[in-house]
Amino acid sequence: MIPVLLILIPLVTGLISFFLKQSAAAKNWALLSSVITLAVAVTGIFFLPANQLAFDAPWLPNLGSRFTLMTDGMGKMLCLLTAVSFPLIFAATYRNDYSNAPGFYGLMLLSQAGLLGVFLAADALLFYFFWELALIPVYFLCSIWGGNKRIAVTFKFFIYTFIGSLLMLVGIIYLYFQSPDHSFALQSFYHITLEAKQENLIFWLFFLAFAIKMPIFPFHTWQPDAYEQSPTATTMVMSGIMVKMGIFAVVRWLIPVFPNASVHYGNLVIILSVTGMLYASLIAIRQDDIKRLIAYSSIAHIGLMCAALFTLNKTGWEGVMIQMFNHGVNVIGLWVVADVIEQKTGTRKFSELGGLAQKAPVLAILFVVMALANIALPLTNAFIGEFLMFNGLFHFNVWIAAIAGISVILAAIYTLNMVQKVLYGKTAVATENAVEIKGNVQLVLVILAIVVMVLGIYPQPMIDLTKDTVHAILVK
Amino acid sequence: MSKLVYLVPLFPLLGFLVNGLGRKLLSKPMIAIVGSGSILASFVLSVLIFFDVKANGASVITLFNFIDADSFRIPFAFQIDQLSSLFLLIITGIGFLIHLYSAAYMHEEEEQHFGRYFAYLNLFVFSMLLLVLGANYVIMFIGWEGVGLCSYLLIGFWFKNNQYNYAARKAFVMNRIGDLGFLLAVFWLLYKLGTATFTDVFAGAAGLSSFEITAITMLLFVGAMGKSAQIPLYTWLPDAMAGPTPVSALIHAATMVTAGIYMIARSNILYTLAPVTQTLVAVVGLVTAIFAATIALKQNDIKKVLAYSTVSQLGYMFLGLGAGAYTGAVFHVMTHAFFKALLFLGAGSVIHAMHHEQDIRKMGGLKKYMPITHITFLLACLAIAGIPPFSGFFSKDEILTAAFAKHPLYYFVGVGGALMTAFYMFRLYTLTFLGRFRGSQEQPVKESPWLMTVPLIVLAILSVVGGWMGIPGVFAENAHSLEKFLAPVFAESAKLAATHHLPASQEFMMMGASTVAIILVILFAVNRYQKYQATTTTAAGITKLFENKWYVDELYDAVIVHPLQALAGFLKNIIEKSGIDALVNGVGKMVSYGSRQIRLLQSGQVGNYILVMVLAMVVFMLIWFNDAAITQFLNKIF
Amino acid sequence: MPIQYYIYLSLALFSIGIIGVLTRRNAIIVFMCIELMLNAVNLLLVAFSKMHYGMALAADPATTAGIDGQLFVFFIMVVAAAEVSVGLAIIVMMFRNTHSVDINFLNRLKN
Repeated sequence: MIPVLLILIPLVTGLISFFLKQSAAAKNWALLSSVITLAVAVTGIFFLPANQLAFDAPWLPNLGSRFTLMTDGMGKMLCLLTAVSFPLIFAATYRNDYSNAPGFYGLMLLSQAGLLGVFLAADALLFYFFWELALIPVYFLCSIWGGNKRIAVTFKFFIYTFIGSLLMLVGIIYLYFQSPDHSFALQSFYHITLEAKQENLIFWLFFLAFAIKMPIFPFHTWQPDAYEQSPTATTMVMSGIMVKMGIFAVVRWLIPVFPNASVHYGNLVIILSVTGMLYASLIAIRQDDIKRLIAYSSIAHIGLMCAALFTLNKTGWEGVMIQMFNHGVNVIGLWVVADVIEQKTGTRKFSELGGLAQKAPVLAILFVVMALANIALPLTNAFIGEFLMFNGLFHFNVWIAAIAGISVILAAIYTLNMVQKVLYGKTAVATENAVEIKGNVQLVLVILAIVVMVLGIYPQPMIDLTKDTVHAILVK
Repeated sequence: MSKLVYLVPLFPLLGFLVNGLGRKLLSKPMIAIVGSGSILASFVLSVLIFFDVKANGASVITLFNFIDADSFRIPFAFQIDQLSSLFLLIITGIGFLIHLYSAAYMHEEEEQHFGRYFAYLNLFVFSMLLLVLGANYVIMFIGWEGVGLCSYLLIGFWFKNNQYNYAARKAFVMNRIGDLGFLLAVFWLLYKLGTATFTDVFAGAAGLSSFEITAITMLLFVGAMGKSAQIPLYTWLPDAMAGPTPVSALIHAATMVTAGIYMIARSNILYTLAPVTQTLVAVVGLVTAIFAATIALKQNDIKKVLAYSTVSQLGYMFLGLGAGAYTGAVFHVMTHAFFKALLFLGAGSVIHAMHHEQDIRKMGGLKKYMPITHITFLLACLAIAGIPPFSGFFSKDEILTAAFAKHPLYYFVGVGGALMTAFYMFRLYTLTFLGRFRGSQEQPVKESPWLMTVPLIVLAILSVVGGWMGIPGVFAENAHSLEKFLAPVFAESAKLAATHHLPASQEFMMMGASTVAIILVILFAVNRYQKYQATTTTAAGITKLFENKWYVDELYDAVIVHPLQALAGFLKNIIEKSGIDALVNGVGKMVSYGSRQIRLLQSGQVGNYILVMVLAMVVFMLIWFNDAAITQFLNKIF
Repeated sequence: MPIQYYIYLSLALFSIGIIGVLTRRNAIIVFMCIELMLNAVNLLLVAFSKMHYGMALAADPATTAGIDGQLFVFFIMVVAAAEVSVGLAIIVMMFRNTHSVDINFLNRLKN
């Protein structure tokens, strides 16, 4: 029952939220809901036997689709990430005011339900359903509560991701007809054997959907715009959790279903990913906007994950697994910082910032911790993931690992540039009257910083949690 | 005793946490006591461990499993052997003295920044201890990057000054370039041997092909170049002088910059197995030694002279490593740590007394105002110049002798560098302490407080006597106690490398000749600069080249920084904006343009509609009646 | 009479109707042309109906073959009558409003 509860709680509370009247009530309602979800997730993942974590019921019997939920290590970890992130996101943005707050929080919770569903679904049609359930609220969140250019940006985002989704739907339907028992079940998808020509074609239908979601160069241009224009809480969901949908889907729905095509196109995908890493890192060097810089840095990090996935190397995969969690934590931390800075100074431009360390030393320290996690300094969580992923790449090809390694240097350049321009130097007009962070924001950042450190010093539990997925899929 | 080794880095870590979190609550003396006390505790432990190792030999202490991945396992383990215990002593000992000194030097800072300073300093010591204690390359790398971070934080300590911030960033990025090399080497080792633990790697090294081992050692050396400021990654170190002077003494002279030497000495077996890399190490070290020395000849900032001198001395250490004189290199690390820390602290004392004036042209005659600083500084100058029986003589001599055995050219170039060292050090000394006072200070220049002079005196004693633990064999058999102590670490290499012993007479002659030459150079320098007058004549020719540091910074800017920025700008503005994004938006625009055009067909003219209808009907009819013909036609086309 | 003659006549009438609809702008004439086309079809239906009946009669004297064609004709005539009444009403309204029965005038509906 636990997985059903995980989906139902945000879904129901989200729907109820639309009927609330006061914004304060909606805020607290959402926070409460997300905390309950977290409690359920933690109980389910750590304290209950494994058989409690699966669920199966008829859904659309005529179509051969069942409401099947399952949890492997990766699913557990990503559910945990989702469950942990939402309370933190709600808490960190507690002070932000939204017009029609009940609608905002309702959509956020619906999106959470969709995300959890994606990570749990073991039926392709159900997976597709949740995939869209996660995305559609985001379109509304971005187009209603976004920045000045929100409509154009949402439209772009919508078209991009929707084309991807539809291609995937076509692929799913094709596979449904090919499956031995005409069902959408994950296990029967795993048993499909296609001819090479068909497999290669359908591979791309799926991969494009996931590549757009991750995003992989050159399908990434929706991302900086969308991140910049969305309300920050939504951006946190998008970059912290939603991009992991792409990685997750590659692991669960792409590589095991199309093993031969994944090997066949592996080189191409890796080259694209590595190109994207360097490309995004270089662009990040010249950014003048905190949010856009984080967006490009995120593209670079995701590129590394995707490259490591397609090496099909166990060590690399272990790195990807924990990096999914770690990147979520780190990037949410960076967004919190970016949001706070914008709230306090009214600008996100480096050229208008500076000297914040004098005005807000606690913010400065936490910002530096997050920035260091972003450049994968040892003893922060990101180091472990990147270390393992680079190992996988190195096994695959020495030169690709070396070239991808350049992004490590570039990451130091752009991240420290950001830190320097925002925190150090003399105070600017915008930062003259900035004040120290306190309350919720400080608490959230401290929690994130502690997670960063703890997982950086003692990462083994995370590696162990996801080992079964790596084994199950790569042995196959 | 060795079981307690985890306490050694733990104390500084606790100090970091207490000072970092409580920097607003604690008073300045409290902060200083916590900061220095934690290092003192580590030092005491280190001494105990040192004697333990001396009695019982090396051991490895595993704390917990750091990473247990599919293809390898990396324990969080500490290796305590002769090499690491020696470095523990250097780090915690000098670290403690510098913490003491800092308490006085930084007293002008507000509480909050005072606390921040000590927190960073403690964090640095913690990272450095991790680097030295790590029993595998990954733990070493944690410390390796950790010290880079602390160096970054401390160079940019006065963060209101953007010049300093740029220097800090430059240091970090240049270190990162080296770190990438280091990381790739670690990946390679993990790939080939499935382990990064020192003992296993060295045991398995013989099984690697000579190409692999050369590549791995080269990559590790790239890491060392970054950390230990060798050509071509040295330019960050002179800029790093932006940090507070005690930081320069601790991080950028005594400890962090010697991490590269430590790492290579630790990996000595790999390097002995890779003669090509050894030659490269020696050549890079030698070239750096000379190159930096030429620049130091003409610098006027007291700290810059010392910085280039550090780069140059590090070059000597690499020369020693390249020549296979691992003990010599470690010996020089130790003596250099004494006298260079002393020089920096002395310089700090001068700067402190001169109210943050760093230009030696505006000093002079400080001898009578600052007697303790003067004496200790002079002793350090004698030590670095290589005058017997001061410590620098023995260590430098050991390296140069080994270099001679490798190739006489190394020796002669190395001695040339040593002469330059003597010259620029005594130019610095003379301009600062001798002659007449050229400053414009209103307040009288005073000797520094005891908290600063005590570390000077202790280090001065060490600079004098520190060399006596490595007296060469030609003077007395078995007097080189350091070599004996370190022998187990370098035993494997010693077996592989053929040792040449020069005849004693030749060795004496070389020592004598070089000592005489150095003394002559010193006399010349003192004589020349004693009556120095500030001039305004601009330098020309090669002097100008020296003064402007061979224009290397400008070269890097032109060759790397600007093209990189231009490339990034090109990608951002052209490829991203007018390329990919324009393509994507173009598709969207085309659709909306197309629909606007097609819309025009709906003209509202009923006649047109009917005409189109009729035409369509005719076409359909034609298709209907000529099905076969059209199929044929289509077949012909496709 | 062979069936071809009916077909040719009906074709001719239909074509005249189409050309009239396409070329004339007077709504009344367009309307009449539409009627012409309908009647051309009617003619054809009746002709084919008669032909089928004649052919089936030889085999079975009680046959009702072809009866549906005639039925269709009645339907068409009913629909055409209804259409004429609605259409003419529209044209009359249009004339009242615009004093013209030019069909191109109708494109103002576009805006």
